[in-house]
Amino acid sequence: MANELTALSTIFTEFYYWVTVVFMFLIHVGFCIYEVGVSRRKNHMHTLMKNTMIVPLVTVTFYLFGWWIYSAFPNGPFIIGDLVEAPWATPWSELMGSHMGGVPASAGLTADDTASWARLNGVLWAAFLLFSWTAASIVSGACIERIRSNAFWILAVLIGSVMWIIDAAWGWHPQGWMVQILGYHDAYASGVIHAIAGGFALGILVVLGPRIGRFREDGSPRVIPQHNPWLTTVGLFLIYTGFWGFYAACNIPILDVQQGDSIFFSATNIYLVPTTLSAITFNFLMSLAGGLMAGYIVSKGDAFWTYSSGLAGIIAASAGNDLYHPIQAMFIAAAGVVFMYKMHHWVEQKFKIDDAVGAVAVHGYAGFFGVCIAGFVLWGYPSSPNPEYAVITPWGQIAGAIIMFWVLGFAPAFLVAKLLAKLNMLRIPMEIELVGLDVALEIKAEIAAKDLIGAEREKAAAIGID
Amino acid sequence: MSTGNIQDFLGNIAEIGPMYPFVGWEWLFTLLCFVFWIGWHSWQIRHESREFREEAENYISKEILERVSDREAADPDVH
Repeated sequence: MANELTALSTIFTEFYYWVTVVFMFLIHVGFCIYEVGVSRRKNHMHTLMKNTMIVPLVTVTFYLFGWWIYSAFPNGPFIIGDLVEAPWATPWSELMGSHMGGVPASAGLTADDTASWARLNGVLWAAFLLFSWTAASIVSGACIERIRSNAFWILAVLIGSVMWIIDAAWGWHPQGWMVQILGYHDAYASGVIHAIAGGFALGILVVLGPRIGRFREDGSPRVIPQHNPWLTTVGLFLIYTGFWGFYAACNIPILDVQQGDSIFFSATNIYLVPTTLSAITFNFLMSLAGGLMAGYIVSKGDAFWTYSSGLAGIIAASAGNDLYHPIQAMFIAAAGVVFMYKMHHWVEQKFKIDDAVGAVAVHGYAGFFGVCIAGFVLWGYPSSPNPEYAVITPWGQIAGAIIMFWVLGFAPAFLVAKLLAKLNMLRIPMEIELVGLDVALEIKAEIAAKDLIGAEREKAAAIGID
Repeated sequence: MSTGNIQDFLGNIAEIGPMYPFVGWEWLFTLLCFVFWIGWHSWQIRHESREFREEAENYISKEILERVSDREAADPDVH
């Protein structure tokens, strides 16, 4: 980097994304804690491991193909154009390793590629990867206590390293075809993370079925008590905390946004439209407040749903939180929470869907609502700095929400879950479900403890303590 | 003997490209990574099926089921 301004802006951007990754790690910690809190004691360790192994599996596959999909698929491909060349994002690219930005060693890369990607490739890859973990982790909670880990981990790779990143290329990329044609606007990922993950979870749940005993013979639901509500709520608090990093990572921190010869530096959203961290800070907190307040009322003070509603409120306002007024964000969040809460209970009753943590509601319904409502509130706003792209409209947003929730979320999950069920790989055996997934661990621990206590008693007797 | 392209940091830093060892073998690293990933799933699927079979044979009984059920009923730990 030849001058101080270039060096400062580049290294600041590199450091900015690096910090967002650290914050976003807390989302995964929160999801693990939250799921263990909701699960029954007989399933704790398997529940924890099911979510933990998302980290390595989605990381490796996002390295192998997820990151390349984001850069190569903005045109579909074959919806409005061909595959886009993305030589910096292939797993064999020299830019997927330590590099000082100098002369490329391999064919297919230019000096411009290496200069611009050497410092940003890894941190941007990681920021998107953490979104990938989040998408998979959202799905994880919905199907606890009865899905086989092997099935879940295949599905986690599908949502984390394939489906969500296709939707990101389509609707969360400055040149994505949905942005160009539909004017799709989803600044903080109501649809591209939450609606798709919620739809994906629903697609699995339809095939997987409810936990044993979840519904009575007359179809009314039984409550399966959370093992530890404190752990659940602490987990949700951690998810809120990580969400700050998520919001920050959805921005580009510094960019010349002025068209023409002048210069004006600003943060931008993912579509390169100017915004400020100040604006999103107002809106993040006001939508959290709106969600919590509405959730407290609608659930009559239930802790689980009130905390979940804080998250759902942010998700419902996220599509337009770069542009909303804070009070608009608060009311949109509150309305989104009422919608998702009512939908959750209606779907549960009507279709006997056992969504153990309310993930389909908090992420799917609130995200779907958020994408649609942005189309009305931001009607006519430009979706991009490029004046040739479509503007934001209700029909563009509704079409976008359907693509996210149903086409890229529900449909592939349903089909793959069906296939896994046919291969007898989806659901754990009924007898294991009844005694709990941790049964062998518990009995082995009991035998080990008895063995140890026996040895200690022998020793005590030998030294005269009876 | 050297595994990488870097001999020193005395020259023009702006000209330094890839810094990791064995530049040019990235396709092999990718192949190994892919095999490791698929191999892991393959092992895990077999391991989990074996584990469920063994648990069903060794740990499932009316007594254990009653013990687990009694504990769940006595300790929902909602506060």
